[in-house]
Amino acid sequence: MPEQTLAEAWGLARAVLGVVGVGLVLGLVVAAVDRVVVFGASGAAVEPIRSSARLLVEQRRTTLAPDRLLWRIGCVAVPTLALLSLAVVPVAGRTLWSTSADLVWFNAMEALLWAAVWLVGWGPNAVHALTGGYRFLAQGLAYELPLMFALITAGLAAGSLRTTDVVAAQESLWFVVTMPVAFVVFVASAAAFAFWGPFAAPAAADIAGGVTSELSGVDRLLVEAGRAVFLGASAAMAAALFLGGDSGPWLPGPLWHLLKTLAVVAALVWVGRRMPVLRPDRTVEVGWMVLVPLTLLQALVVAVLVLNGFYA
Amino acid sequence: MLSDLSGWAITAVAVLGVLSVAAGVAVFVVDSMARATFALLASFLAVAGILLALDLVYLAVVTALMMTIEMAIMAVFMIMFMMNPAGLMPMTMVHNAKGSAGTGAGAFVVLVVGIWTIDWPTRDTSRPADSTRQLGEAIMGSHMLVMLVIGVGLFATILAGTVLATARGRYDRFGAGLTAQRPDDPVPGGLPR
Repeated sequence: MPEQTLAEAWGLARAVLGVVGVGLVLGLVVAAVDRVVVFGASGAAVEPIRSSARLLVEQRRTTLAPDRLLWRIGCVAVPTLALLSLAVVPVAGRTLWSTSADLVWFNAMEALLWAAVWLVGWGPNAVHALTGGYRFLAQGLAYELPLMFALITAGLAAGSLRTTDVVAAQESLWFVVTMPVAFVVFVASAAAFAFWGPFAAPAAADIAGGVTSELSGVDRLLVEAGRAVFLGASAAMAAALFLGGDSGPWLPGPLWHLLKTLAVVAALVWVGRRMPVLRPDRTVEVGWMVLVPLTLLQALVVAVLVLNGFYA
Repeated sequence: MLSDLSGWAITAVAVLGVLSVAAGVAVFVVDSMARATFALLASFLAVAGILLALDLVYLAVVTALMMTIEMAIMAVFMIMFMMNPAGLMPMTMVHNAKGSAGTGAGAFVVLVVGIWTIDWPTRDTSRPADSTRQLGEAIMGSHMLVMLVIGVGLFATILAGTVLATARGRYDRFGAGLTAQRPDDPVPGGLPR
């Protein structure tokens, strides 16, 4: 255990509150940047706060014979998993908790989203929502393996699955230089598991909003906030795994990490909002025939570099 | 063996163990395939929690990850086969009640007798600092041959299962002479070919 975790440094309660706060702020930033890119007006940045407040007081509507238990579990799970994934993302140079399998933890929280999103689609007993849930699983089959290989590549170069070790291993050279494919695949997968941008088919307009079609009030707020926090957490993770985390001249480390995170968010939203929504039946073949070989090749290149002592 | 663990870890293992058994029972009580599937997932997640309490982080998160994806895929197929596709018809997970009760009781007896009669080895070394690294070294080192054989066996099973399950082969896709330029698929893939 080389360094202190955030929980050890700040005390458990303060650390948890801090990480939850960071997560919510990241989610708000993602939503604000998204609105600004879509509507172009700078005043749109406060719109997420206004609509959150409106959803908080809005009365819930329901459907005929919903599976209320599973529906609620799914809605609560989406933001919870987003915040849990943030537990292994460095905040101020430390992670909330540090294990020998941080990267797998991050991956597992995203995998649990498979269950959560499908439950959000299943719960209301409505055809469009259910279709959206199935679409999410179909997309999940496409992005999951490339995402795993992208995460493992970063761990491979660092010789550790601990996020802080991966950040420390990039002191001389950012990983994005030697693993650009893994970086792009990771960021694209982040958009895919938040079913956002070109991967928004599970919540697309052609099925009246899909998994989100029957959500109202606080349920909708939970799911939408979860998606935004997941995007923000993934941007922070991408900055930590591939862009050197908090390394940089002059400015303090945490500020560098924040700036890189914001840059990833801005790039992700700017590019993602300029692409059409992909049809979910078109993603699996691309994922398995193109991205899996590419990410495996990327891992092979990195493995050879590791054997040659490139990262040592 | 238990003396290594802190009080909260033992409590967590006990509580999660009860939770996992309760969720397992729920699988056979509920009348919806979705609920049965996710009760089973809850049971697996409780087991992952036990592994986490035992400080086996890698095994815990891999269990959670794999079981979640597996259960999500299984939910799709089980609802397709056991209910109508929208999942509107109630169903039951109990089949062959007497036979399965006998098998379950037999397995329980064998396991309990085994657990209490085997002379479990005691650890004579200190705990490893990094259980993930130790696991990796065991799999990629002394147990490499076993893991390779299992891996190839699993892969062959997946391929065989897919071949048996699919109604369409390459002759359906590329014609009797395998001469078609583009495959004739009911659902086009994402690649322009």
